[in-house]
Amino acid sequence: MSALRRSPAAVSGTVILVLLAVVAVLSFLGLLPYDPIAQNPPERFLAPSGSHLFGTDQFGRDVFTRVAAGVGNSALIAVVAVAFATVAGTLGGLVSGFYRGLADGAIGGVTNVLFAFPPLLLALSLASVLERNWFTVAVAIAIVYVPIFVRVTRGPVLSLREIEYVKAAVATGQSRAQIMFRHVLPNITSIIVIQVALSLSWAVLTEASLSFLGLGTPPPAPSLGSMIFEARSLVFVAPWTLIAPGAVVVLLVVGLNLLGDGLRDTLDPRNRGKR
Amino acid sequence: MRALLRNRIVRRAAGTAGTLFGVAVFVFVMLRAIPGNQITAGLGTEAAALTPAQQAALERYYGLDQPLVAQFFAWLGNMFTGNFGYSARNQQSVLDLTLRSLPVTAELAVLSIVLALLIGVPLGMLAASRPNAARDALGQVVSLAGLSIPAFLLATTLLSVFAASFGFNPNGQGFATLAEDPLLNLRQMVLPALVLGFGIAAPILRTTRAAVLEVRSEDFVRTARAKGVPERRLQVRHVLGNALVPIVTMTGLQFGYLLGGAVVVEQIFSVPGIGRQVLLGIQQKEYAVVQSTVLVIALAFVLVNLLTDVLYRVIDPRVRAS
Repeated sequence: MSALRRSPAAVSGTVILVLLAVVAVLSFLGLLPYDPIAQNPPERFLAPSGSHLFGTDQFGRDVFTRVAAGVGNSALIAVVAVAFATVAGTLGGLVSGFYRGLADGAIGGVTNVLFAFPPLLLALSLASVLERNWFTVAVAIAIVYVPIFVRVTRGPVLSLREIEYVKAAVATGQSRAQIMFRHVLPNITSIIVIQVALSLSWAVLTEASLSFLGLGTPPPAPSLGSMIFEARSLVFVAPWTLIAPGAVVVLLVVGLNLLGDGLRDTLDPRNRGKR
Repeated sequence: MRALLRNRIVRRAAGTAGTLFGVAVFVFVMLRAIPGNQITAGLGTEAAALTPAQQAALERYYGLDQPLVAQFFAWLGNMFTGNFGYSARNQQSVLDLTLRSLPVTAELAVLSIVLALLIGVPLGMLAASRPNAARDALGQVVSLAGLSIPAFLLATTLLSVFAASFGFNPNGQGFATLAEDPLLNLRQMVLPALVLGFGIAAPILRTTRAAVLEVRSEDFVRTARAKGVPERRLQVRHVLGNALVPIVTMTGLQFGYLLGGAVVVEQIFSVPGIGRQVLLGIQQKEYAVVQSTVLVIALAFVLVNLLTDVLYRVIDPRVRAS
């Protein structure tokens, strides 16, 4: 942890994410002064000012409030998607690498099939098939990232099962499931943590792309991607409607990427001794 | 060794065929999960007004009265004979649509990769030439930006800025293929290719930097320098030449991003490529189009991955020599 604190990337990433989290939580608790959805036509296209920090949009809604709610929605979808992918993918990778045999073949086959699709295309097709709400969007994104976690964990598990203390645990007569969770899993946590951070940034980008294409959380729920889509034609009337959600989505992804880079630099065993 | 290599490639090809079969099953099942079918998609709510006899006739016409397994193999068999289905909306066969859209996306992909290499490799080498200096920081900023700015945001911004500030909006008019009007075509392709290229320049930059740093510390580089090989030749022939393997691998890996990003970028710049074909199919609920097009894209993706694998064996001197 202290090594992480010395990584400028991890520190700046954390600062950005904490700031955005505070804003999103305020929005979730309804502590921001405006409503993200209710329309207020007399106040359309107000430029940024003291009362409307990021101005107002074509329906007179406060852009700051909508961006805050959008960050919350994006983060919620990304976190749920990555949590699902982490659990399912890690379990798949553990079973695949530790039990080998038929389970390995079956999981490997499914993984290869999912890897045969360009990630965004797979998410897009799944999202178009499922009924549209925030949860199904998260599921669509999760399915795309499950095979990544399978592949990332399977390799290390394969080599861990040949290591002395795991063999010793087998000799003491512990069950395979026990060994898998008690002796193998703890040794791959740093790999999983790095992958989680990187996947979160991709998940945010994917969610934003889906809602930009009209396949994300349905309106009027504020989403950064659909806000940018709506702002396309308003760029010259009210540039802030594009700049605010655009800058915030970039900031969110930058924060996650910086944290991911910092984690990789400090946790990845291949980088140890280099600093 | 030759027999072994052939064996490897044969095994890889067999695995690929199995994967593609799985992909076909997946696509088929996925699109069957949607409520409704070709009939409701074509007629909308009016489908409810059909008499049972009309309903049965239409089901027979679309083959929907067959068991699902039979429907699947009928579709797959048709794909092999070039019958990809029919787009009622476009009054065209999906094969014709695909034959027109696939080359457009292929051109976009090639241009994007060229731009990405032109941005990523020199910046990566520059960053590696003095680690932790200002030039290294520049590389880090560029790659972080490439990884963090969504393609749709960059595309939207470039489109508006160029149209408004420079009056440059070649995508506002009808699309011209490379054969029809090469100059207009390239003008229409430059911004989309730049957006996609910028996205994949980031991983290429990072890989180049890491690979160059690693190769530079190898003994043979020191030996070459001691022998008096000129610095420029040393950097290009010895260092970059040996760093090429991870760079090519990384570039190949970005193809998936490229095909997915093509959906977004083609839509924004009105480029009639295969990504737009899928998206239009989804929006117009033409599942025959979506089903066959997604399979074609997955096929292209898998083939490119296979090609990257082979290519990397060809350029890696260690694999070649052993």
